[in-house]
Amino acid sequence: MWSTEVNERDLIAALRAGDDAAFTLVIEAYHPSLVRVAMLFVQEVAVAEEVAQETWLSVLRGLHLFEGRSTFRTWLFSILANQARRRGQRERRTIAFSALNAVGEPEPSVPSERFLPLGEPWAGWWALPPTDWQVSPEDASLSAELHAEIGQAIAILPAAQRAVITMRDIEGLSTQEVCTLLDISPGNQRVLLHRARSRVRAHLESSRTERKP
Amino acid sequence: MIDHGDLPCQEFVELVSDYLAGELDPEQLRRFTWHLTVCPPCVYYLEQMRGIVQSTSMMHDTPLAPDTRAHLLAAFHAWKKTAAGPNDHLDI
Repeated sequence: MWSTEVNERDLIAALRAGDDAAFTLVIEAYHPSLVRVAMLFVQEVAVAEEVAQETWLSVLRGLHLFEGRSTFRTWLFSILANQARRRGQRERRTIAFSALNAVGEPEPSVPSERFLPLGEPWAGWWALPPTDWQVSPEDASLSAELHAEIGQAIAILPAAQRAVITMRDIEGLSTQEVCTLLDISPGNQRVLLHRARSRVRAHLESSRTERKP
Repeated sequence: MIDHGDLPCQEFVELVSDYLAGELDPEQLRRFTWHLTVCPPCVYYLEQMRGIVQSTSMMHDTPLAPDTRAHLLAAFHAWKKTAAGPNDHLDI
């Protein structure tokens, strides 16, 4: 994967020159991500796939205008987000995102009943502490199952949290990129990401404690 | 002496993402790392959150479907023949 500015400049030059290998590299690196991010804005996989494919056509049409003021990745996802948002609006799926900037009610990472109440000498310390279950990504045989479980947890998150955790933790986009794509403040992005991760943890915790004999 | 009021677990769990991002200020970081030395359940909690973030970051490795690749390459070839196509005509 390219990582430096120089490599990215070479990549853009190769794309402009019509190099199949360069184009294959970018579609392999980004197309599945584009589809997943598009799914945050539209209902159906087929529509998300279409939006992602249209994005590549826009990229090619605009390639001669790309000035490298942002990274290629940022540019690519901005085009995708614009097209996906437009499609989502046509499908009337904008309501979910209207709440993005309203972080709303406080949402504790862990329910307050699990901590000792005010007035106790150890107020705010665990009353029902977490047990020592592990998330072990290094174990390949378990990782598919774990990924499926995390995927389920993410699927049932509120839309705004799902959007942020998908972009940040699955796709590896930066805070700045996510704020731009979703038009939210860094503070809200931070809160939504933490809430999303905490809910995923709670989901894994409950399935792990249920399994215990 | 343990000052167990300094950072209760209930506040600790709210700081985990900021800690993982390296975004705690020096005073918060001091309280956070001190808490880890006295509270094993919060060590588990932190490691679980860290494991989730790591595992989630590995979920994006989905291969591109062969027919999607073929379809997109065909679009690339069609683009090459248009006016907006390659700026380098030497090798065509």
